[in-house]
Amino acid sequence: MTRFAGLSRRAAVALVVSVTVLLVLPLFAGGYMVSVLVVMLFSAYLGQAWNIMMGFAGQLSLGHALYVGLGAYVSAGLFVHYGLPPWIGMLAGMAIAGLAGTVIAALSFRFGVTGTYFALLTIAFAEFTRLAFNHFDWVGSSSGLFLPVATLANDDVLRLRGSPAMFYYILLALTLAALALSRMLLRWRIGFYWQAIREDQAAAQALGIDVFRYKIAAVALSAVMTAIAGTLFAFYDNNLYPDTAFGISRSIDIITAPIIGGLGTLIGPILGAVVLTALSETMTNVSASLGINGLKQFIYGAALLVIVMLQPAGLWPWLRSALRLDEGKT
Amino acid sequence: MLSQITLNQAALTYINIIVAGLLTGCVYGFMALGLSVIFGVIRIVNFAHGEMMVLAMYAVLLLNQKFGLDPFVVMPAVVVAMFLAGYALQRGLINRYIARPEHELFLMLLAIAIMLTSGMLMVFGPDARNIQLDYAYDSYEVGGVLVDKVRVLAALGAVSGAAMLWGFFRFTRTGKAIRACADNQMGAQVVGLDVKRLYAITFGIGTACVGAAGALLLLLVDVQPYIAADYTLLAFIIVIVGGLGSMPGALIAGLLVGVSEALAGFIILPSLKSMFSFALLIIVLLVRPQGLLGRRT
Repeated sequence: MTRFAGLSRRAAVALVVSVTVLLVLPLFAGGYMVSVLVVMLFSAYLGQAWNIMMGFAGQLSLGHALYVGLGAYVSAGLFVHYGLPPWIGMLAGMAIAGLAGTVIAALSFRFGVTGTYFALLTIAFAEFTRLAFNHFDWVGSSSGLFLPVATLANDDVLRLRGSPAMFYYILLALTLAALALSRMLLRWRIGFYWQAIREDQAAAQALGIDVFRYKIAAVALSAVMTAIAGTLFAFYDNNLYPDTAFGISRSIDIITAPIIGGLGTLIGPILGAVVLTALSETMTNVSASLGINGLKQFIYGAALLVIVMLQPAGLWPWLRSALRLDEGKT
Repeated sequence: MLSQITLNQAALTYINIIVAGLLTGCVYGFMALGLSVIFGVIRIVNFAHGEMMVLAMYAVLLLNQKFGLDPFVVMPAVVVAMFLAGYALQRGLINRYIARPEHELFLMLLAIAIMLTSGMLMVFGPDARNIQLDYAYDSYEVGGVLVDKVRVLAALGAVSGAAMLWGFFRFTRTGKAIRACADNQMGAQVVGLDVKRLYAITFGIGTACVGAAGALLLLLVDVQPYIAADYTLLAFIIVIVGGLGSMPGALIAGLLVGVSEALAGFIILPSLKSMFSFALLIIVLLVRPQGLLGRRT
């Protein structure tokens, strides 16, 4: 079979077509549609970052909003107070989020906290930080941190001031980069180590894998990638509140897309984001026209239940074989 | 002389707060018991625990407003209904996920939690509501310490509920069988216990327990659909701090959290009160992950 960069022909064609569609989509979509697509890409990218930790290395985090919030607040705080350009602030946010992830992971794994306990610990750290930021005056405490909104004629990528379309292309680039990185990681030694740890930690340890170190590496990498999205969130929304930035509902949003799409798969987080964003938007419109409070979340919950009952392993494994994209590959 | 009086008054204020915290803590502990029982036996984490409690709170509120019934009168009916709901949920949905990866069950319970919260939002609206009782503002005075009547009643209800639960697990055949399942599921199956049925009963007991706790908590706090997630987290904190599967542990941790919330709310800031609970959780998980009274497995 003809292969292109290790992909089967059908898969390569599907990839090229999808990327082309995504590249030209904003040219045909209205302003509202572009903002929906931005939400979708945020969800896809964050799902990819979370997927590295949970899908590849098997470490469940239910507090990923912590790293979003840190990435957002560090870069936005430095920008508001010192005028530091967002891309440099982003590096600072990545460093701090990575450090936080490393410390949390090192503490937990050193003390033998794993599985459900580790997941609850990640919630505890996120909630603790949320409450602390609610009283952190340097970033506006609970009344919020606001970035000056400048209306510019042209998009300014260097200062991250611009239209939703600019953020769309930045996020698209990030999502594709994360896809490439995830694919490489799975083929590198570290990816095999992670999967060994995910499947059976004791066996991995017996084979001489430094389990402690590689688990920390997964958490740190995931945290750093998540912080990038945090910075973009801050400069896209122009306002930050601890309750939304660090809130548990954001953590849950982050993990639903990759689980629905297919945990541990490369395309799963992206597919999950597409499906859930479309579902969520449809429900918003339906419930807005009916004027019933809470109907949107109710149907969203019901749909989630149906998907997890019918395809507990996620939609992508099922779609992949339905489209015969996995021919000649295991 | 004057300083003596002010000192006494300061001491009294603190005693008042600590007593109130202890009484609220009894209800917290009872609520967490439901979660602890479910985890201790079935080894699953009920991520919809707070949502189930809020559902029971609305049921009690509704019965009170429609028929003017006292919460303690409607409690048995609500508890039975919650037991049946929990039993059916375990039998119908959760059971098939027990042997599957944790995150799938998590997602399913999350979906149920979302549906419960938004369902209650649709039916009852987003406003905070409270129960109207003619004894709501009565209080007892014991040696200068003022204690609210509703708080005493709620705590008494929680303690007797916990005692009944303890008696059930200690003395009844079903209770012993459930403990056997918790100790050794394979062994329980080998000696011929119907593990599926016992798991369903256990889940029903857990939801009944949180339903009763909701009826009691309604005496103390306002109900609103969105408070559910906070109580799910609170139940997690208490159960982990006390030790998963340990009944006295859950009660003691409930008291601890109740007092620390009350004190932190008074001394520092009310909005910071749950930060101390999370700090407590972090410290316990790192220093003593099996919890205060838990056994290391």
